[in-house]
Amino acid sequence: MEFLLELVVSVLIVLGGFFALVGSVGMVKLPDLLTRLHAPTKATTLGVGGALAASMVFFAGFEGDLSIHEVLITAFLFLTAPISAHFIAKAHLHEHAELRDGLPPTGRAQGWSTFDSLPDPDDEDDGDDARAAHH
Amino acid sequence: MAARPPVTDTRSRFERWLPHPWLTLMLVLLWMLLLNEFSVGGLLVGFVLAIVISRLTSQFWPERPPIKSYRKALSYLGLVAWDVVVANLQVTRLILFRPAARLDVRWVVLPLELRSPEAITVLAGTITMTPGTVSCDLSADGRSLLVHCLDAPDTEEAVRQMKDRYEARLKEIFP
Repeated sequence: MEFLLELVVSVLIVLGGFFALVGSVGMVKLPDLLTRLHAPTKATTLGVGGALAASMVFFAGFEGDLSIHEVLITAFLFLTAPISAHFIAKAHLHEHAELRDGLPPTGRAQGWSTFDSLPDPDDEDDGDDARAAHH
Repeated sequence: MAARPPVTDTRSRFERWLPHPWLTLMLVLLWMLLLNEFSVGGLLVGFVLAIVISRLTSQFWPERPPIKSYRKALSYLGLVAWDVVVANLQVTRLILFRPAARLDVRWVVLPLELRSPEAITVLAGTITMTPGTVSCDLSADGRSLLVHCLDAPDTEEAVRQMKDRYEARLKEIFP
């Protein structure tokens, strides 16, 4: 039984480490910032996920108490990682205005929000900014 | 800033102190999870914190989140968790075995049918967390999403997949 638990914990740790390593290899190998952005989303999902699952199994199996901190860490990562990635991408577009020409058209009357704003912020019914402005 | 006009608060006392009962409960739960062990004192502090925080921040979200079906929201979470694992394996293969020059990196435009800001936020977050795609920008009117794909040989296929798999389900969760 103890051996089985140790095996599960080890496999999870190795898996998590493997995906974190792949994320790092991606950071080195991929050519520019936007493609490199794909690497950390991987490391934070399966890489950290494997380590956290291993930690939960370890504490539940060996110490006998259920540890839920790991669920919280996962939840906060899933909340914060997309937002930081979004803002890194937006900052990158701001810094390299020449990328603007490479962007595909929005298919709408207005362009991308990094470069364009609405002509009149009051005439749209949605968008976070418009919503925040009303309150 | 001009002086505010006097506001008559039409909300009941209950609504004023608990503008978001579910948020308050979530915060208590979160606090208890952070403590990682149960004690009555911890629970009381959790309730005080939850009530104060949800009251202080209620100005930021005046309306309650419009979720139609919590059961579908849960199954959506499960689907995303599974997709994260599958997509991780695919991107691992790309990173380890595909030369960077042969990656089909491109921008993809996702026309949005979702309208509520909450739904669009969840969709953009989902797209970023599933490896291989990162949502980078929203059109100024909030009706198209700019997605950066690590390897998308077929743009239309990628768009169709994101719409069918995530947006269609989110449309059933948010109005």
